[in-house]
Amino acid sequence: MSLFGFGKKKDETPAPAPAPEPVPEKEGWFARLKGGLAKSSSRLTTGIGDLFTKRKLDDEALEELEELLITADLGLATAQRVTRRLARTRFGQDVDAEDIRAALAEEMAEILTPVAQPLAPDFSRKPHVVLVVGVNGSGKTTTIGKLAKQFRDDGRSVTLAAGDTFRAAAVEQLKVWGERTGCPVICRDTGADAAGLAFDAVAEARARGDDLLFIDTAGRLQNKQGLMEELAKVVRVIKKQDETAPHDVLLVLDATVGQNAHSQVEAFKDMVDVTGLVLTKLDGTARGGVLVALAERFGLPVHAIGVGEQAGDLRPFAAEAFARSLVGLG
Amino acid sequence: MFDTLSQRLSKVFDKLTGRGALSEADVTEALREVRVALLEADVALPVVKDFVARVKDRAIGSEVVKSVTPGQMVVKIVHDELVATLGTEGVELNLNAVPPAVILMVGLQGSGKTTTSGKLAVRLKAQKKKVLLASLDVYRPAAQQQLEILARQADVGSLPVVMGEMPVAITRRALEMGRREGYDVVVLDTAGRLHIDQELMAEVAAVRDVAKPVETLLVTDAMTGQDAVTLAREFNEKVGVTGIVLTRVDGDARGGAALSMRHVTGRPIKFLGQGEKLDALEVFHPDRIAGRILGMGDVVSLVEKAIETVDHDEAEKLAKRIQKGKFDLEDMLTQFKQVEKMGDLKGILGMLPGIGKMAAQLKDAKIDDKALGRQKAIIQSMTPAERRNADLIKASRKRRIAAGAGVSVQDVNKLIKQYQQMADMMKKVGKMGQKGFARHGLAGLLPPGGGGFGKFGR
Ligand SMILES: Nc1nc2c(ncn2[C@@H]2O[C@H](COP(=O)(O)OP(=O)(O)OP(=O)(O)O)[C@@H](O)[C@H]2O)c(=O)[nH]1
Ligand SMILES: Nc1nc2c(ncn2[C@@H]2O[C@H](COP(=O)(O)OP(=O)(O)O)[C@@H](O)[C@H]2O)c(=O)[nH]1
Ligand SMILES: [Mg+2]
Ligand SMILES: [Mg+2]
Repeated sequence: MSLFGFGKKKDETPAPAPAPEPVPEKEGWFARLKGGLAKSSSRLTTGIGDLFTKRKLDDEALEELEELLITADLGLATAQRVTRRLARTRFGQDVDAEDIRAALAEEMAEILTPVAQPLAPDFSRKPHVVLVVGVNGSGKTTTIGKLAKQFRDDGRSVTLAAGDTFRAAAVEQLKVWGERTGCPVICRDTGADAAGLAFDAVAEARARGDDLLFIDTAGRLQNKQGLMEELAKVVRVIKKQDETAPHDVLLVLDATVGQNAHSQVEAFKDMVDVTGLVLTKLDGTARGGVLVALAERFGLPVHAIGVGEQAGDLRPFAAEAFARSLVGLG
Repeated sequence: MFDTLSQRLSKVFDKLTGRGALSEADVTEALREVRVALLEADVALPVVKDFVARVKDRAIGSEVVKSVTPGQMVVKIVHDELVATLGTEGVELNLNAVPPAVILMVGLQGSGKTTTSGKLAVRLKAQKKKVLLASLDVYRPAAQQQLEILARQADVGSLPVVMGEMPVAITRRALEMGRREGYDVVVLDTAGRLHIDQELMAEVAAVRDVAKPVETLLVTDAMTGQDAVTLAREFNEKVGVTGIVLTRVDGDARGGAALSMRHVTGRPIKFLGQGEKLDALEVFHPDRIAGRILGMGDVVSLVEKAIETVDHDEAEKLAKRIQKGKFDLEDMLTQFKQVEKMGDLKGILGMLPGIGKMAAQLKDAKIDDKALGRQKAIIQSMTPAERRNADLIKASRKRRIAAGAGVSVQDVNKLIKQYQQMADMMKKVGKMGQKGFARHGLAGLLPPGGGGFGKFGR
């Protein structure tokens, strides 16, 4: 057993995680986030004693730290870079597990802080148009519902456009969100042209003088050229209404995703000039560490995180808290 | 989806070929690369460690000393170990129960449960089963409606929705209707849930206790990262999983999650989701996927993919000719045309044996229509005899062809070189047959220098 407790013997299969404690309904996001993380990191820590044991930060210790980051989905290269940066100042020192994790978190917070930027619509545009894109099932529609609630609570007028005209009952799904948040939903039948719908939606929201328009889109895998071009067409058609629009293009990523997130950002950025990211499903045990790599590589703002399925389960992206969660610190 | 993993491995094995016997140092070096490749492919760290250790144990020692080519040996060991981890045979659905047999679909939010329920309905219906779909997703907006629509599309039974009814009650009603109306199979689609959500996990366990499913399928996205081990273990412990469905395999994720989930649950991967439409479901063949991981995609996959998008007859003809080891310029032209139609050069290349690393040279493999057009024009400027027998094409003919196609003689040379490399490879493919891959490995298949595909992109 390693002193830090997050190393594993070579031939050891992962031990079953202990049964999680019940998560009460009304707990705050941080507690929930922490709850989830505690569960995943309990696999990595082995006892309270570890926290008080000092150890030299040598190559072996660094490798353990690197592995800790790998299991958080940072990816090998980024995990190596981050631990190497830590080694520059700390190598050879006596450190304890808590301390060194905190230091590691600081390294990552440094990378993440510049991208922690909330969505800041310019309401004078009437409407500020936000296009929401991403792969299938990442949480686009739900995120729109959450954002709609947030801005409605701020007293803004918000319209939703049901641009997923492909998936069965996708239109109905957004309509429910419209009802929940008190926003009109512009829609057509399933199978209709998504670009045409987006065109009409911008016109209608403008005619009404709305502050904000969220346009939902069908999920699509980034390697499907045809579907990606369809998305580019949606953007082109929106521009016919307002050449400054869409003013934001949000790419919604699922925290469960691994290294494929790179390919997703790359492809969507290429095709529709993504302006910012939202990371969903952080209420689970997946930690979404690939975001560190994405921040290094693309520097796209991260506007918010999703921590549940309800309208209120959206939070600003807090670099420090997120970084700490990656190393299993609350 | 495993393209990049295969590229990495083939790079490693390139280094090993032609170096005589395999030393411990060779093995260690190769396995370092294998480790990196597996991690980049999102195989979970504990699984990677275990896998690498097992391969190492097997690679160092007598087996290796006897080997003729070190590369072949390592390929074989890694391949065998991959197959062993992924499962040794394709496992069909188990429907052995007093009808109706119940299939319970579980998984995280958005993983593809509902769509897969629809796909299974289509599949079972084709096997002459009477299928009932029932949605227990009372949480996500319009989820029940989504399944109803899919049931209609699949033309199978659908349990009428009763507003406000909870999952266990819905289950009872579904079983009742299933029995009463003589259904063979009832598919229960559940709401997506987090494995750490006590309440919802207890709910699905209660559903299981009532429904007594013969199959409980864990539906997971192929792009899942390191969390795959945790979620698979938890679902397996709390609900009891009998099989895994990997969705969005039509994407470009490397799919290491397949290895991770299989490793921690010991449950077979039964199906692969290959698209959003209801017919896009494939049976999982571990050896085939292992082959793909190693860059040894097979002719079968090629043909299947081709059939989806291109002319059936053409594709079959081509596959037959490849199997016979015949491949002329006319075939190459056919392939260019198909590639054009498919719009994804990497897709088709990835399926051709041993081409993984050439596909890498295509970078992002966006087809340059102009380059492809030029290549087509060159072949189209050849006479039928020349297309059948490339040896005929000497200097004067090259000049004529170049003039006809509006390109330089150099371009013609390039194309002929590409053709020769492809033809060589096809011959080997034909000779070995499908089983041959497993035995001979990939080392023997790769042309020197990676072939000429890199030029397509320019
Ligand atoms: N490309 C591709 N898309 C898929 C596949 N399977 C499902 N999808 C898409 O993934 C998205 C989510 O699928 P659903 O079937 O609704 O997933 P679910 O698990 O039922 O989702 P929830 O009920 O919301 O938890 C939809 O857009 C589907 O069309 C697949 O194999 N390939
Ligand atoms: N636990 C959790 N589930 C989420 C979150 N965001 C979305 N979901 C769920 O993920 C699934 C897919 O979301 P949806 O918005 O339909 O995805 P879309 O296909 O990208 O529009 C649904 O079941 C949502 O309820 C989140 O932050 N946490
Ligand atoms: Mg949606
Ligand atoms: Mg569903």
